[in-house]
Amino acid sequence: MKITGAEIFVESLKKEGVKHIFGYPGGVVLGIFDFLYDNKDVQLILTRHEQGAVHAADGYARSTGKPGVVLVTSGPGATNTVTGIATASMDSIPIVVFSGQVPTLLIGNDAFQEADIVGISRPCTKYNFLVKNVEDLSRIVREAFYIATSGRPGPVLIDLPKDVTAGKAEFTWPEVNIRSYNPTYEGNKWMITQAANLIAKSKRAVIVAGGGVILSGGARELRELAEFTDIPVTMTLMGLGSFPGTHELSLSMPGMHGSYYANKAIQESDLLIAIGMRFDDRVTGKIDAFAPHAKIIHVDIDPTSIRKNVRVDIPIVGDVKRVLTVLNKVLKEDMKEQWAEVRNAWLRQIDAWKKERPLTYTYSNEIIKPQFVVEKIYELTKGDAIISTEVGQNQMWTAQFYKFDKPRTLLTSGGLGTMGYGFPAAIGAQLAHPNKLVIDIAGDGSIQMNIQELATAVINKLPVKVAILNNRYLGMVRQWQELFFSERYSHTKLDESVPDFVKIAEAYGAVGLRATKPNEVEPVLREAFRIKRTVFMDFVVDWKEKVFPMVPAGAPIDHMLFEEQKEKTEKKLKAVK
Amino acid sequence: MRHTISLLVENKFGVLSRIAGLFSGRGYNIESLSVGETIDPQISVMTIVTTGDDQIIEQINKQLNKLIDVIKVIDMTELDHVEREMVLIKVAPKQEDKAEVLRLAEIFRGRIVDSSQRTYTIEVTGDEKKIEAIVELLKPMGIKEFVRTGKIAIAREGVKKG
Ligand SMILES: Cc1ncc(C[n+]2csc(CCOP(=O)(O)OP(=O)(O)O)c2C)c(N)n1
Repeated sequence: MKITGAEIFVESLKKEGVKHIFGYPGGVVLGIFDFLYDNKDVQLILTRHEQGAVHAADGYARSTGKPGVVLVTSGPGATNTVTGIATASMDSIPIVVFSGQVPTLLIGNDAFQEADIVGISRPCTKYNFLVKNVEDLSRIVREAFYIATSGRPGPVLIDLPKDVTAGKAEFTWPEVNIRSYNPTYEGNKWMITQAANLIAKSKRAVIVAGGGVILSGGARELRELAEFTDIPVTMTLMGLGSFPGTHELSLSMPGMHGSYYANKAIQESDLLIAIGMRFDDRVTGKIDAFAPHAKIIHVDIDPTSIRKNVRVDIPIVGDVKRVLTVLNKVLKEDMKEQWAEVRNAWLRQIDAWKKERPLTYTYSNEIIKPQFVVEKIYELTKGDAIISTEVGQNQMWTAQFYKFDKPRTLLTSGGLGTMGYGFPAAIGAQLAHPNKLVIDIAGDGSIQMNIQELATAVINKLPVKVAILNNRYLGMVRQWQELFFSERYSHTKLDESVPDFVKIAEAYGAVGLRATKPNEVEPVLREAFRIKRTVFMDFVVDWKEKVFPMVPAGAPIDHMLFEEQKEKTEKKLKAVK
Repeated sequence: MRHTISLLVENKFGVLSRIAGLFSGRGYNIESLSVGETIDPQISVMTIVTTGDDQIIEQINKQLNKLIDVIKVIDMTELDHVEREMVLIKVAPKQEDKAEVLRLAEIFRGRIVDSSQRTYTIEVTGDEKKIEAIVELLKPMGIKEFVRTGKIAIAREGVKKG
């Protein structure tokens, strides 16, 4: 029996186990929307902006490990997805975006609401398709999900011309067979043995764990490796949660706003074991001065990540979980090291660094310190929550002061650094985890970039909590201006233009709460967590607060600035520039 | 260093722009690029001449391999191989140079594929050195137009360099 393209679309999603899609209607997708109207299997969540839909799908994917799905119309609907797609691409998040397209005969004619979204999205998708025949639709959907979720995951876009979704064909579900796409999952055994030898020989090893550990589901194997060999672990922003932040071997985050002890450990190490991370410049700082004494083992599923910007002694291409499983086996069976003894001196040194300069800030009784809010959120949730962030200081304070013990509990735009990501991502995560506490830690700037999604949260009864660290500035940019541009706050002072977030929340039918004094922070949080509704919390915080430690862009990562050093730093900074 | 990379790709629409986009997006050079179908009409072969240090060339090879539509990447520079390029050169020599132009064409085993009152169009095939040589020699005679196909390359059978 022949069915329409719209039905094939929904049938294919059902085959892929998709229950929710995020989207926004328009002319060329009316047929699909009509079909979804009384369909019970696939539920469409209407966001209030297509960017919100993509971030929501992304948050859904990050928090569950399953691909997130988006459906939008052609032209502006499609172009509005680009930031979301690029965000997912940079962080290797599996999402599948369906965009409507003008009928095939009109493509290229500058038809109404036509945009070459396949061309536009090419550099920020893992792959994309234009479906030209309805007969190909189900095969393409299946290929798209396969590509999005296999190998190094990423976003895939499918452009659906109106006549294709209106056309009819038999439903088929052919096995995926893409001859030119064969990700490598198993690491080379010889390389793994070499890696084990290096680990056994090293005195000052450190593991740098990235988002790949989470994507591959390898957190358990990572922990096994670290505990068995007594090697401390530092987690990149994307890697937070891949190893327990409360573990005694945890070094917290490295890099520009990383901990003193993580950066020291990297710089003094004789062996760096990089797992599922890609040596982003925010992690390495000045590349020539990065880990100068270390041999480097690099495990990654994407061969292009290896030797892209640092030299590597032992490259291992493969899936993190599988590689670590083999590595752990080799270490346990073939190595006779007394690990505790080997590492004793190194771990004592690291402890000394931890004591010398812990991650800290100066508490105040008068004015709310933003770090205090994050600490309180951690304290009250005991880490049992899904946290998303926006971008800026709010993101870095979350990374520093919230201890992530489990994978998939932090949703944050690492690679692209997209303001406006956190709130819709939290909505997507809440939909997937109705009984979990989901909190977006936000800045007053970022939250305004997708604030319209309040409507989505409220109407779908999603009890997302948003904790706005309201400093009335584009804080992170202001921090750079203070440190590097002689306190000339060009276009970063939002001040009286910052809206009344309590009223905004209320206008949308959500709950708004506000704290202006440190002793109000905890009651506001408790109240917000108690209410089973969408809540905006406006924390009026100290605008002068900066994120420390800080490595100026382009400096080696052990050239760190600390809170109390302000005077000295400014001179140093000039020297760096 | 200059590398000649041969790619087998799916003969689908959009593939060329994926490859070109990879080079432009990551700031790699393309010196020349030629594309054509293989015996199997579903597969095209592309020959790309590019330059970069070892690390960049390694990245280019890996990045090309990563593209979903790329079936195979062969860095010809690593292999013993044959490279060829064809050029069409339209020269407008003075009366007294005409004989010299014809002689040069013959020496380089070129063919005169078109001629008019004032011009000859010469087709020459060869490796880079040969093409450069004839171009240098013809320049003084007045080259009016010059088009080249870009390089194509094929590995010699059974021999590996090094
Ligand atoms: C879409 C987007 N535009 C611009 C930037 C550059 N940027 C990075 S942080 C920042 C300021 C963020 O301000 P706010 O959301 O108030 O957070 P805070 O740093 O104050 O915590 C800006 C503008 C960005 N990351 N994303």
